[in-house]
Order: sequence, then structure tokens, then C-alpha cells
Amino acid sequence: MINIVLLSLLVVIAIAIIRMKDLFAVVMLTGIYGLLSASFFVAMDAVDVAFTEAAVGAGISTLLMLVAITMTGRKEKVTRHKPFAALFIVLITGGLLIYGTLDMPLFGSADAPIHSHVAPRYLNDSMQEIGIPNVVTSVLASYRAFDTFGEVVVIFTAGIGVLALLFVPRRKEEDEKIASINDSMHEHHLVIRIITKMLIPFILLFALYVQFHGDYGPGGGFQAGVIFSSAIVLYTMLFGLSTARKVINQGFIQLMAAFGVLFYGCVGIASLMNGGNFFDYNVLSDDPVAGQHLGILLIEWGVGVTVAAIMIIIFFSFAGRRELQQHSENNKNRESL
Amino acid sequence: MEILLSITSGLFLFIGSFLCISGGVGIIRFPDFYTRMHAAGVTDTLGSAMILTGLMFQSGDLLVFAKLVMVLLLILLVGPTTSHVLAKAAFHNGLLPQGLNTLSKSDDKEDTSSNT
Repeated sequence: MINIVLLSLLVVIAIAIIRMKDLFAVVMLTGIYGLLSASFFVAMDAVDVAFTEAAVGAGISTLLMLVAITMTGRKEKVTRHKPFAALFIVLITGGLLIYGTLDMPLFGSADAPIHSHVAPRYLNDSMQEIGIPNVVTSVLASYRAFDTFGEVVVIFTAGIGVLALLFVPRRKEEDEKIASINDSMHEHHLVIRIITKMLIPFILLFALYVQFHGDYGPGGGFQAGVIFSSAIVLYTMLFGLSTARKVINQGFIQLMAAFGVLFYGCVGIASLMNGGNFFDYNVLSDDPVAGQHLGILLIEWGVGVTVAAIMIIIFFSFAGRRELQQHSENNKNRESL
Repeated sequence: MEILLSITSGLFLFIGSFLCISGGVGIIRFPDFYTRMHAAGVTDTLGSAMILTGLMFQSGDLLVFAKLVMVLLLILLVGPTTSHVLAKAAFHNGLLPQGLNTLSKSDDKEDTSSNT
């Protein structure tokens, strides 16, 4: 019953997103879409996925889209032509995809390949082999460590792409001007600044909890990285980019992003050196289970560091561009005056 | 004692859910942005605080109680702040409360003739 309600709400929101012309409302609806999918995942008992969806889909991606909108403008461009050919292709592709799902086993059926092949092995043996209560973490970080490595590399690549497109080399003398603009802008945001100052330590602490509690409950490097970076983003929004850059150096954060991926890979190399397979943590310690624990802890740490650093880099790049835009606009205004 | 606890808890839960529902009705029924935000902000903060207090009476476990207290503190901190920021942002972008809108326009016209 609750599944039906959530799914129909998802459909309604998807249609609303297509119909809307106001991009700000579209971004907000996308956030709501993410939150609804998260509650849908909770209803299906996939707590880890829900956690990630709530942190990434509803949280930080909405924020990044909002920052992007501040640069591009709020309204969607009006299209005059009616793209019937595109509609035709989309309908055919969608029809084929739905036709493809007819061959799939019914939702939740016990004799589906996924339930007869790998899932029982993970559920039955992971406690002896890995020894941590959260099976999702042991699948993600140990059995499927190579896939997760790929995911981290994808995130790293995305960060590098944003950096290559939007990186603004900063000149020293502009810093003072930008800082003064920021100060005048943020002087009156007293209430939210104080509340944020009170909350940021707890957000950071919660990120660390999620990071290191991933073995026992829902959580892990991806979620922790996003939560950690969201605290930094909050700080940046309220205290200005130049202040935040004083706290977190751009060079340092780039170094950390690369370091996380490298660290992850090095754990795999270390297990190769010790005579096991790539990402075979059994050989990292004398006791196989202790080795697994160590390996999972280390690679989750690498994931968390990379994700946090990349999210901060993306936000900094967007915000830096925005600041540059504002700066040039101010200059123009001054010239015209 | 047991009965007393469940009665108080039920009372708090009832008030809380009533406030939440009235907040939802308010968002739909009120005329302009500020009154709607008032409905959403004030009643939701108080409503969820009431619901959490009601749940606290039912938590036998100390850990659950502590978690509920933390959630309550978070809501008491964040709820009013978000309403405040929302109203402030709307006001800064030039959205005036309904009624004041027409008033200020007529004020502008009067400003040219008499400075009141």
C-alpha cells in the first residue's frame, strides 16, 4: 500500500518536473523526488541505498544544481518547434525497455537468479568470512571492492572534469575586494550564522560516525563524504568563499581527492604484494577476519576522503565562477556610473 | 503509573498531530506567502515537538529517550531558523505581505504630494 502511494507520488512529481518552466522549482522538485525515492527504498528495506539517496539525491545534488542556476538564470528557454521525431524515438525506446522487463522475474519472487545464486552465499557466509554485521558493507567493500574502486574513480574523474572546465586561477589583490563584498553581504545574516556555527561541529561529528559505523549499521564512505562536505558547503555559503578557502586550501583539497583514490588502490596493491588477489584483504593480517576488517576500514576511509574532497571542489569551482561573475558585473556598474 | 504515562503520551501525540494537520490546512488555505509560512513554520515546529515529547513518554529505553531528546533539540534549533531565513529571503527579494502591497503603492502616489 505505502509502495503504491510513494510510486504514484514519484510519477506525479516526474510529470510536474517535465511541465515546469521555472528551473528553481524544477530543482526543488528534483530534491523532493530524491527524498521520496529514499523513503521508497526504506520501505523496501534497502536502508543503505536510502541513506545514500537522501544524502546525495536530495541533499548535495540539489545544492549543486542551485549553484549552477545562479549562474545560468532561472527560466527555461522557450522552444518554438515541436520535437515529434524525438518523442517518437523516446516512445519506441521506452516501449522496448518495458517489453524487456516482461522477461524479468516478478518483483520479490524467490526463484529469481539473484536470490538463488549470489545473495544466499553473501547472507550465509559473510559473517564467517568478513565478520561484520552489515552485509551491504561487506558486499560493497570486500566482495565487490573492485566495482567500488571503479565508482570512486568515476567520482574522481567527475571532479577533475569540473576543475578543468571551471577552475579560476586566483589573483591575490582581488581577494580583499571579494572579502569586503562578502562581509557587506553577510553582515545581516546574524541568526543563521550563529545557528550554523552551533550545528557544524555536530554535522562533522555525524559524518565521522557514519564513516566508522558503516560496518555495523547503514552508512559508509560515500554517505560520510557527502555529509562532511555538506557541512563545509554550509560554512562556505554563510561565511563567503574566500573565508572558506582560508580554512580549506584549494591545493590541499585537490591533494586529498587524489590521495583517497590512490589510498584505495594501494590497499589493493598491498594485498597483491602479500600474495593474495587484488583487494583480497585476508592476507593483510595474520587472522583473515581481522585482515578483512582492516581492509574495509581503510578503503572506506579512502572513499570518504575522495568523495568529500570532490564535492567540496565542485562547489568551490561553481561558487568561484559565480563570484567572478558578480565581480565583473560590479566593475561594469562602476564604469557605467 | 503505566496508565498515567500512556494517557499523557496519547494527549501529547494527539495535540501534535492536530497541530501538524492544521499546519497543512493552513499552507493550503492562507492567502499569501508569509501567512502560509507562518502556518508551516510555527505549527510544524510545535507539532513535531509535541509528537516527540509524546514518544518520549513511551520510550522505555534510555538510549531511545536520549535520541529523541537530540532530535527534539535539532528541530527546535533548525525549524525556527529555516522559517526566519525563508521569510527574510522573501522580504529581501521584494515580496511584501498581501494587503501591504496595495498599501505601499498608494503610499508611493501620496509620497509625491504629501510626505507622511
